[in-house]
Amino acid sequence: MEFLNAAVVLANFVLIPATAYGAQLALGALGVTLIYGILRFSNFAHGDTMAFGTMVTILVTWWLQSLGIGLGPLPTALLALPVGIAATAAMLLVTDRVVFRFYRKQKAVPVTLVIVSIGVMFILNGLVRFIIGPDDQRFADGARFIVNVRDFEAWSGLQEGLAIRTTQGITLVTAVITVALLFWFLNHTRTGKSMRAFSDNEDLALLSGINPERVVTITWIIVAALATIAGVLYGLDKSFKPFTYFQLLLPIFAAAIVGGLGNPLGAIAGGFVIAYSEVAVTYAFKKVLGYLLPDRLEPDGLVQLLSTDYKFAVSFAILVIVLLFRPTGLFRGKSV
Amino acid sequence: MTRRDAMLFVLVALLMLGTGFVQSWNTALQILNMGLISAVMALGVNMQWGYAGLFNVGVMGFVALGGLAVVVTSVPPVGAAWAAGGLRVLLGLATGAGVIAGAVMLWKRMAAGRARALAMLGWLVAGFFVFRWVFDAGVAAVEAVDPAATGYLGGLGLPVLMAWPVGGLLAAVAAWAIGKTALGLRSDYLAIATLGIAEIVIAVLKNEDWLSRGVKNVAGLPRPVPYEINLQNSDAFVARAQALGLDPVIASSLFVKLCYAGLFLAVLLILIWLSEKALRSPWGRMMRAIRDNETAAEAMGKDVTRRHLQVFILGSAVCGIAGAMMTTMDGLLTPGTYQPLRYTFLIWVMVIVGGSGNNWGAVLGGFLIWFCWVQVEPLGQLLMQGITWPLPADSALKAHLLDSVAHMRLLTMGVILLVVLRFSPRGLIPERHGHRPGHRG
Repeated sequence: MEFLNAAVVLANFVLIPATAYGAQLALGALGVTLIYGILRFSNFAHGDTMAFGTMVTILVTWWLQSLGIGLGPLPTALLALPVGIAATAAMLLVTDRVVFRFYRKQKAVPVTLVIVSIGVMFILNGLVRFIIGPDDQRFADGARFIVNVRDFEAWSGLQEGLAIRTTQGITLVTAVITVALLFWFLNHTRTGKSMRAFSDNEDLALLSGINPERVVTITWIIVAALATIAGVLYGLDKSFKPFTYFQLLLPIFAAAIVGGLGNPLGAIAGGFVIAYSEVAVTYAFKKVLGYLLPDRLEPDGLVQLLSTDYKFAVSFAILVIVLLFRPTGLFRGKSV
Repeated sequence: MTRRDAMLFVLVALLMLGTGFVQSWNTALQILNMGLISAVMALGVNMQWGYAGLFNVGVMGFVALGGLAVVVTSVPPVGAAWAAGGLRVLLGLATGAGVIAGAVMLWKRMAAGRARALAMLGWLVAGFFVFRWVFDAGVAAVEAVDPAATGYLGGLGLPVLMAWPVGGLLAAVAAWAIGKTALGLRSDYLAIATLGIAEIVIAVLKNEDWLSRGVKNVAGLPRPVPYEINLQNSDAFVARAQALGLDPVIASSLFVKLCYAGLFLAVLLILIWLSEKALRSPWGRMMRAIRDNETAAEAMGKDVTRRHLQVFILGSAVCGIAGAMMTTMDGLLTPGTYQPLRYTFLIWVMVIVGGSGNNWGAVLGGFLIWFCWVQVEPLGQLLMQGITWPLPADSALKAHLLDSVAHMRLLTMGVILLVVLRFSPRGLIPERHGHRPGHRG
């Protein structure tokens, strides 16, 4: 019984939130890694791309809510999501056309493109704040819980309750569907194969008649979808604030690099590695240990390894360890 | 400097004078002072990027460390806090450093293999708990000492100007630690690593109350210049102000700002002189050679990693000095106000727009971009009033647009950066020798 209680506490405060967060990071890192694989630069504007997509989705959600359209127990934002993706794709394609293409044609070195992406980051950041403002926005509606604490306690007879929020469930389901679609696309369609070929060896791909501009266009569209989905899921689960999305850049990059930049499978693994360590290291284990250890040994302190404000330090420490000991990441990424 | 460069500086001077005539001299001096500080920061980033091609996006962290230096140098020590737990905190920090040093030794001494990995892991986990056991009790004791007013160890009680070199030193030590681990990685990895370090520095400043009171801030830092109120009470000063036809209150505020401007200008001139000397010396030529072709420089026997570490430390130290200057002028340390867009990426815009690789370019960029950063808001306000003029006064859209003018800054900076990168990628005052970074063969 004590053991079950401990397991439930652990699941409730560590496993479930970290899994949802990991899925959100993984989707973000997939976007970063795809851009790196195909366009060969680290896109600093990715966090703000996520913010842009989420902002459009929120605006459409509000409009739908004002019309009284909803999805019942599911959040209305899911209905607005396709519009958000379309708007973000259009924005990214315009950006590519106006900004990035010039440097691609010049064959500029990657670090120039990184600096250019910093310019894009400024513009998107300003644009999002200009349109929706710098404050917190909550836009989750529908049922709040799939499993709530009281029902779980009544059903199981345990002292500790387990809650699964609707947004956490949706995050997982959506992420699984998105990733499955992405891998099917990359591995089984002609376009997807041409993208992988382009990423592996650009010259060879060009020689075999692959149109680079088409590959780039499709990459941006996929990135728009991934970034918007990641952003909306994160926003539903927590809340939307432009500055938070900008700060997500660090864990997302950490996830992509830990997994191996340019490797989609690695991005997913990296997302979960970062999320689990972030949550585990900043969680106070007092309650869990209280159930597991005999009364005599019960800890007095919180048994929290680091305060939650140091969560960046966790992603960073993992990043540094991986870079020192396995510079191409857990799964072999590229090192251009 | 060519005549064209000099004209650009004259243009910036005219912009400042214009601000003085149109808005107020107070505003103009404020812009000038922050412009001087920004120019120093830009010099630091230019050393790393312009001389050596190192992509450091952790400027904010080094600037914040400079700010911390002001607190730990100039504030008088809090005796009660030292008595309560000061030594234990120091012992804790020493333990932490010892654990890390031990881990490095272990890694170097033992043969590679599973035994080493396990020993390392065991050492680190045990070391972490010992560190926390020693450190936490000390911190709790220190923070319990009159938390509303102090609750921290205080500083050394030295003159505040000493904090500027100390700020450089703190930043240099941090840069050494980062450089040891992250230099030699690819450029974008270094970028992510420095971005992370900067966030961690801010997190430390926000959370370690025993060090600098965290988000409770330290206010009333000592000043290297007179206080306005003392000037206003001095008969000689009031008489002189009135002789010049100035209101004593305004005159005192202007006088204080001019004092700061003088101090900052002295620092800037010394740093420019040093950087120009360095850039034109054999050392500068070596740095450019390494930047333009690492392989060739290595073949000529240059120790590329060591030189990178050196210039990374120097540039970061300059940013630290600038951070200390800024906190001295503000008179308070507020960790909550450090934001990467303002303290890292804006400095990058200054360097790129001014001209990377050229010290004068970086300085010009510092002044010009800071001027734009400040003035975009009132200009945007005017522009937006013009645009929304046809809308009815109670229109929600009009209110929203006028409210959002503050965010035009970020947008404008992005546009300026992209336009300069596209049409004048070498900046307003380009590098005059060798090749520009980012286009090595």
